[in-house]
This record gives sequence, structure tokens and C-alpha cells, in this order.
Amino acid sequence: MNAPTVPQAVLGGATVIRVQTEDFDVGAEITRLRGANPKIGAVATFIGVCRDLNDGADVSEMVLEHYPGMTEKALGAIAAEARTRWDLFDILVVHRVGRILPTEQIVLVVVTSAHRGEAFHACEFLMDYLKTQAPFWKKEQTPEGARWVDARASDDAAAERWR
Amino acid sequence: MLNVLYFARLRDTLGRDAERIDLPAGVTDVKGLLDWLRARGDVWATELGPGRSVRAAVNQDMAQPDTPVRDGDEIAFFPPVTGG
Repeated sequence: MNAPTVPQAVLGGATVIRVQTEDFDVGAEITRLRGANPKIGAVATFIGVCRDLNDGADVSEMVLEHYPGMTEKALGAIAAEARTRWDLFDILVVHRVGRILPTEQIVLVVVTSAHRGEAFHACEFLMDYLKTQAPFWKKEQTPEGARWVDARASDDAAAERWR
Repeated sequence: MLNVLYFARLRDTLGRDAERIDLPAGVTDVKGLLDWLRARGDVWATELGPGRSVRAAVNQDMAQPDTPVRDGDEIAFFPPVTGG
């Protein structure tokens, strides 16, 4: 008889970083991440979604570009930093690249912990740092043509809060 | 030899995504390399010039102007990131 596979989460928590063109199923991702870990009491989730409007212009689609290699390295470093600040079980970051249409999902962050405070804080921290440290760039298609999205000062300010 | 990469708006404007450059004499850090690239003039002077936000990474870590540049390094230049 084969021994049941022990989910990595039971062994102390997993950090999973994925960059992909395909969409993701939030429910399936959470189920797989949690595994059967009975120590998890909180799961915080953030989903970033593509809007049809940005800076006053209609957006019909966007194309997300990244720096392969550095992206995974930067996201791994951000996750490691979160673990030094809060007591966490699992961290999952899935970020899509390529062509994305309004209403489609762009990014997923899931954090599991014993209690909600740690999961909420870590989830927000991960997104704030991702927005300013991970090498992704958005190009939007608008009626006036394609344009690169400019970084926002408010994103820098959000990341600065955690220093 | 340096492996220099350009992303997003910089790649579009500069017309290339990568190039190999012999480490120029006197270049020891990111700022030195940027100055050397700007000296090519034309779009290089404007796109990498004053008033343009340019970020850099050395060997896939975010870098500062004084981050050292050594032979064999992978140096990337790009605009501020806009993921998420």
C-alpha cells in the first residue's frame, strides 16, 4: 500500500511563485496550498483584476511583460522578507504575463497563517512590494493607441509604509 | 563583456532588447555605464537622460547608481515597474 502523499504545507509551509500566461483558478489554488494542514486558521487572498479604464482612457486590453529570471528571484526575496516579519505557513504568488483583457485576473497572492492578523498584513505587504520591486511592465491598448503604464507615486508610498 | 538588457518602454525607444558591450574603460558602476550609454547621443541621450525615470538591475537584483559593475555582469535597464 502506498503511503499518502504528505502535503508540503504540513511540513512547515510552502512558498510557491509562478509566472504564467494562463488564467488561474483561485479555489483550486487555495485548496492545493492549504493541503491538509490543521494548524492553518487563516487564509488571506488578494486578486488583482484588469479594468477597462485607466488614467481617463478606455482600455481594451493590456500586455504584461516581465524580466524572466529576475521576476522569480525578486518575488522569492519578497516572500522571504514576509516570513521574517510574520509567522506564516504558506505563501503563493501567481502573476500572469502576456495579453490580458478587462475583467480577467492578473495576480493572485495567498497567505496562510494561524491567525488572521498575520495573513492580512503579509498579504498586503507582498502586494505593496510586488508593485514596486518585481520587474513587470504593463502596456495598455487605448483608442489613441498603445501606451506604457506609468508607475504611481502612491505605490511607492504604499511600499514605504513597511520600512 | 557585459550582457546589457533593455525592457518595456526603453526597449521600444532604443530599438533593441539586448547587446553585449566590452566593459568600457573607466566604467565601474551603474551610473558610469549609464553615462557611457548616454554619450551615444540621439535617443540614448534623451531616453536615459535627465527627467527620465530609469531603473537598473545588476545580475537580476535591483541596483543603485553606485552599484558596482564588473566584467561578466548582466545589467538591465528599465522604467519603474508597473505589475500587480
